Amino acid sequence: MIEEKKIAEEKIWRLLETVMDPEVPVLSVIDLGIVRAVKIDDYASGERGIEVIITPTYSGCPAMDAISMNIRMVLLEQGYKKIKISSVLSPAWTTDWMSEYGKEKLKAFGIAPPTAKQQVCHTALFHDGEAIQCPHCHSYHTKLVSQFGSTACKALYVCENCKEPFDYFKCH
Amino acid sequence: MKELINYTLHLADDSLILGHRNSEWTGHGPILEQDIAISNIALDLIGQARNFYQYASTLINNPTPKYATEDTLAYLRNTNEFKNCLLVEQPNGDWAKTILRQFFFSAYQFHLYQHLQNSRDGTLAAIAEKSLKEVTYHLRWSSEWVIRLGDGTEESHSRMVNAVDDLWMFTDELFQPALYELLAAGEGFGVNVSSLKNEWLKKVKDIFDEATLPTSFEAKKEPSSGGKDGKHSEHLEKILAEMQFLQRTYPNSEW
Repeated sequence: MIEEKKIAEEKIWRLLETVMDPEVPVLSVIDLGIVRAVKIDDYASGERGIEVIITPTYSGCPAMDAISMNIRMVLLEQGYKKIKISSVLSPAWTTDWMSEYGKEKLKAFGIAPPTAKQQVCHTALFHDGEAIQCPHCHSYHTKLVSQFGSTACKALYVCENCKEPFDYFKCH
Repeated sequence: MKELINYTLHLADDSLILGHRNSEWTGHGPILEQDIAISNIALDLIGQARNFYQYASTLINNPTPKYATEDTLAYLRNTNEFKNCLLVEQPNGDWAKTILRQFFFSAYQFHLYQHLQNSRDGTLAAIAEKSLKEVTYHLRWSSEWVIRLGDGTEESHSRMVNAVDDLWMFTDELFQPALYELLAAGEGFGVNVSSLKNEWLKKVKDIFDEATLPTSFEAKKEPSSGGKDGKHSEHLEKILAEMQFLQRTYPNSEW
């Protein structure tokens, strides 16, 4: 029975890999690392309740509502009925939870993936020592334009080599 | 319980009102990148406010349901029920004043959340832990702008000096605890704000030094307070008139 429950949970994790972030459509919620847990209640009875626990990337992330709804839709389509999507804030999401595969996909999509967190998350001013690689020409000769980009999770950079501006999925 | 509710509402109101003020810049920022930056900061603050309001509404509805939601708390309370400090409701003025208001507040919020992370109340601690990462970006961004403007041209320097003259009088209130803050700190779920003043002053002095701004802080105007107890300036009245108009005219409308 425990084995079966594990398989049932694994099936849901797999399904969640098909739920994409509406703002960065190459990343699934699994790649982003925002799914914290999947629970199946009352597995033995017929009334199996599914709980998916997610955590927001940013407090004001407007995509969270859409993400919850999309998870619900995918599960409903697969015949699950009792579905609960809940949200937890602690431990706070960090870009370190993003999968390596997700980082590769981001880069291919033209967004520079987050670097290791220790490099960037501090209050020091005007620092430009961090090497963010241009997702287009792969040069490290890039410059920060703004810490705030097209969405809350991105910063705006420009490549001094190929002159293209690009988004950087900033460390958090 | 009443203290915890009031304390949570106070934290929510501070973030909501400053977030709303910043959102007034959306589409009007001095350059596109900074328009986006201030709008992002607005979004972070309103997100934090939502987390606090959601928590406050669960507390209010327990044990007897009173039909409080994050929306009723933001859109249906009167001016004298808002517990934000006067600093955050001050009008945007020019870019220098907006920057300085953000810097004063972010430096305060940075220290506040660092302590609130250790709150005895798990939800407040979690919201603080989450928000602190965002506030770190706000503090860095606003610090850099204070330096850029203060140590910029004659014009930008004098605008920064004027902003200090306008806003300094509202900074005292941040560190004067309201009764619910005192009780919250005593119970271990809130932060003793008066203990934050020295850390805050040090940060302000460091940045002002680099920005070549005077650090004597002789207040030209009498310190003003009362916002945290619901005694607001006319400015909040105007913000709420605009922000609450739709829900008050067409209750429960959605879009």
